Amino acid sequence: MKDWPLWEVFIRSKNGLEHRHCGSLHATDAQMALENARDVYTRRSEGVSIWVVPSAMITASQPEESGELFEPAADKAYRHPTFYVLPDELKHM
Amino acid sequence: MSEMEIKSLEERFNQRIANDEKIEAKDWMPEKYRKTHIRQISQHAHSEIVGMLPEGNWITRCPTLRRKVALLAKVQDEGGHGLYLYSAAETLGISREELIDQLLSGEAKYSSIFNYPALTWADMGAIGWLVDGAAIMNQVALINTSYGPYSRAMIRICKEESFHQRQGYEIMMALMNGTQEQRDMAQDALNRWWWPSLMMFGPRDAESPNTEQSMRWKLKRKTNDELRQAFVDQTVPQAELIGLRIPDDKLKWNEERKHYDFGDIDWEEFWQVVNGHGPCNKQRLEARRKAHEDGAWVRDAAMAYAEKHANKTYRQAV
Repeated sequence: MKDWPLWEVFIRSKNGLEHRHCGSLHATDAQMALENARDVYTRRSEGVSIWVVPSAMITASQPEESGELFEPAADKAYRHPTFYVLPDELKHM
Repeated sequence: MSEMEIKSLEERFNQRIANDEKIEAKDWMPEKYRKTHIRQISQHAHSEIVGMLPEGNWITRCPTLRRKVALLAKVQDEGGHGLYLYSAAETLGISREELIDQLLSGEAKYSSIFNYPALTWADMGAIGWLVDGAAIMNQVALINTSYGPYSRAMIRICKEESFHQRQGYEIMMALMNGTQEQRDMAQDALNRWWWPSLMMFGPRDAESPNTEQSMRWKLKRKTNDELRQAFVDQTVPQAELIGLRIPDDKLKWNEERKHYDFGDIDWEEFWQVVNGHGPCNKQRLEARRKAHEDGAWVRDAAMAYAEKHANKTYRQAV
């Protein structure tokens, strides 16, 4: 017997919010993945919309690359509003 | 990788855990951490799946429709919880098929409590109240476990499980408000499930060789004895409230310790059941094997159907 492929499940909990990853499941095709996701992840009205994506289709960054990918942002304080020193009299900016 | 490199990775890893950082699937981890987690998470998953059997057996015999929808939903949740947990275990690099094979071959363990039979309707009350109560106690402690996917599954499971315990207690309450025969049935169920429930927390700390390492890895956040004591302290007043008597002559409030003292657990029975000689071990595994074998053609047919329709286009998300 062949193992059913793995799918990642993303649920939008209500309109106005983004889809969020909530877990994974096995299914033979996209339709079954949707139906299984509905049974496994939305038994208590957790969602109004579901995305399913074959896990094999996701390209992920590797933890070893975290340094070169994310560290450069750490010393760029000038991208944040608090970097700019303004007079106290200026209440809202 | 050289031994030096592994050592420094391991030091960094231990530091991350000490700092309460979560470990995610792709992060480096010691092989033993990976193996221990696969073992614990899959045992937990198997317990959910085998746990569907004693209660599934009563779905067609519920006294009212209200009880029936509740029990159906509870058993369905257990199936769902098994699936969350299998998925979490799979992130550690083991396949679903291997996990199922380990259960069916008897190589993997599941919670011994499910090797006891559910003899009367009152057992549905006792299981929800005591067995789910003990499971929640264990699981709440696991929400803060260090492995991210396990911790997230635990959050979901705990949120869903509080109704399980409440519906069980409600069944016991209804029986205790009923006829003498019904009250006797409730008491009998408590008598049979009390000690096995206490055994659910596992061997005493002194006899639990893995506890120390598991505490260090934050795979366990409280010891077996601590959780067992918390369960007894929580459950005794619940029994008293509806007029049930805990079947333990040594049970007594200890004012000094601010905890209940309780009698000795029959550890011989515990090990008997763990090692496969409980009342239902054989029956439970046979039921799982039969379900798996009988379903094989459906799984194969679904796969064949999907392959045949592989070129069909689906509605896209964006």
